[in-house]
Amino acid sequence: MKRPRLTRYLPAAAGYLGVCFMLLPLLAVVPISFTPKRHLSMPDGDYSLRHYAELLTNQVWQSGILTSVVVGLIVAAITTVIAVLFAVGIWYAKSRYTRLLVGAALMPMAVPPIISALTLYFFTTRASIYDSYPGVIVAHTVLAIPYAVVTLLVALSQIDPNLERAARNLGASLTQTTCLVILPNIRFGILASFTLAFVLSWEEISVTLFVTSLDVITLPRLMWSGLRESIDPIIAAIAVVVIALSALCALIGLRKEK
Amino acid sequence: MATATRRTRPRRLSIWAFYIAPLILLLLVSYFIPLLGVFSWSVTEPELGVSQYLRVMTDPGIHSILLRTLRICALTAVFSVFLAYLLAWHWVYGPPLRRKIIAFAVLVPFWISVLIRAFGWLALLRPQGIINSTLTDVGLISDPLPLVRNELGVIIGMVHFMTPFAVFPLVSVMRQVDLRILQAASGLGARAFRRFFEIFLPLTLPGIIGAFFIVFVFALGFFITPAILGGGRVVMIAEYIYTQMSQTANWGLGAALATTLLGFVLLMTWIVSRFVDFERLAK
Repeated sequence: MKRPRLTRYLPAAAGYLGVCFMLLPLLAVVPISFTPKRHLSMPDGDYSLRHYAELLTNQVWQSGILTSVVVGLIVAAITTVIAVLFAVGIWYAKSRYTRLLVGAALMPMAVPPIISALTLYFFTTRASIYDSYPGVIVAHTVLAIPYAVVTLLVALSQIDPNLERAARNLGASLTQTTCLVILPNIRFGILASFTLAFVLSWEEISVTLFVTSLDVITLPRLMWSGLRESIDPIIAAIAVVVIALSALCALIGLRKEK
Repeated sequence: MATATRRTRPRRLSIWAFYIAPLILLLLVSYFIPLLGVFSWSVTEPELGVSQYLRVMTDPGIHSILLRTLRICALTAVFSVFLAYLLAWHWVYGPPLRRKIIAFAVLVPFWISVLIRAFGWLALLRPQGIINSTLTDVGLISDPLPLVRNELGVIIGMVHFMTPFAVFPLVSVMRQVDLRILQAASGLGARAFRRFFEIFLPLTLPGIIGAFFIVFVFALGFFITPAILGGGRVVMIAEYIYTQMSQTANWGLGAALATTLLGFVLLMTWIVSRFVDFERLAK
């Protein structure tokens, strides 16, 4: 029996419609970034790279990018170190109380962002680190920890628990077991949690709005004010660079998969 | 054997405590204790008492914001889960190339900042934006359609932001479906339509409920997309808290609203956890 064409292609067509919806806003910023005008508009036949050039010369945006990169790298380093220690400790412990500890570590991910923002605002003002680098770094670290812990616990769950016993039987101390046996086995998990923490910090805005005001201005803060006041096409140029990088990473990652 | 484990245990306990301590201490000092501090604001600012909660319960302005928040979050969750179900289905059962295209379309937006995504939608939906100018040029409309700075724009932006969060649990549930059940149904004469609605859909229902819950709860506390695409006209609870704190410095009310929101989220989590095994969704 011949099936009607419509029902045969309908599911795939609907799927690709979904794909279009997901990618449309990312594609929309590309033409805007090449507009020759100073305000947000489509280039009508005339293309210009002025907004990209401005990205390379404008002091304000450059310092925003620098701040975000520095904060992101420090956050990624601190998050990775304490999350690795925590996840390895939980893996060694294998106790029934660890569920509670893991639950506590994941809480900042589950609590609505506005409440985390209020909480960290309370903390930074009481600790007198409001609107300072340490304040932003602590706030971003708290938010990145759950994601790093999940990534590392997944990586650790792939390790054979006998490996620890074997190392210990051969006379390795717990520190030696950790550094020479466990950590090399979860190196991709460590790399992934570092990257994740960096990206989360790099694009964090809802909590950053609450813990900074004038002294520490990250790139997302600049974009936030840029989007709310006058929409500056330089945002489109930054967006295109970020989207291109993410798309490239995704393509490389997906090519490796079967 | 028993004595050996007993002998090593106390020493090992102190060592994991050393591994676990930095993270727990950091969260305790910078997160859990300040969270209690926020609760305390709600009953001490500006004076001791429950006046802020009474205001939350009686103020019609706050009620309309709460209702709008619930409406927008529920609609966002419905559309996100529908779209995510479609994408997850193709991601799990599609041919290899389609799987990659779907994975790309879900993961790339997921990694990109909420600001850039809201900016993209602004560029598309503005009165002088790509959609309106294209429709005007083609001659389909003479006046731009109101696509942004209203609830429609907010919902479009939120659905786009939340969909990847709904795709992941659905993919995980769909991967756990035993396809032999569908083959058996097919062998017994059930057509595609019936196989889907009577077998596949009920089997993936925990994923649908879980995804709906995740999107709904996440959307409740979110204010970046609504602030940008709503343009100050579609104020939801989180943006209202933000203005209470940053502009009117009304900490007591902001904290009371935040506490109410957290209580509501905990209540929902408790209800949903009775129906859905969250660990199964994360596999």
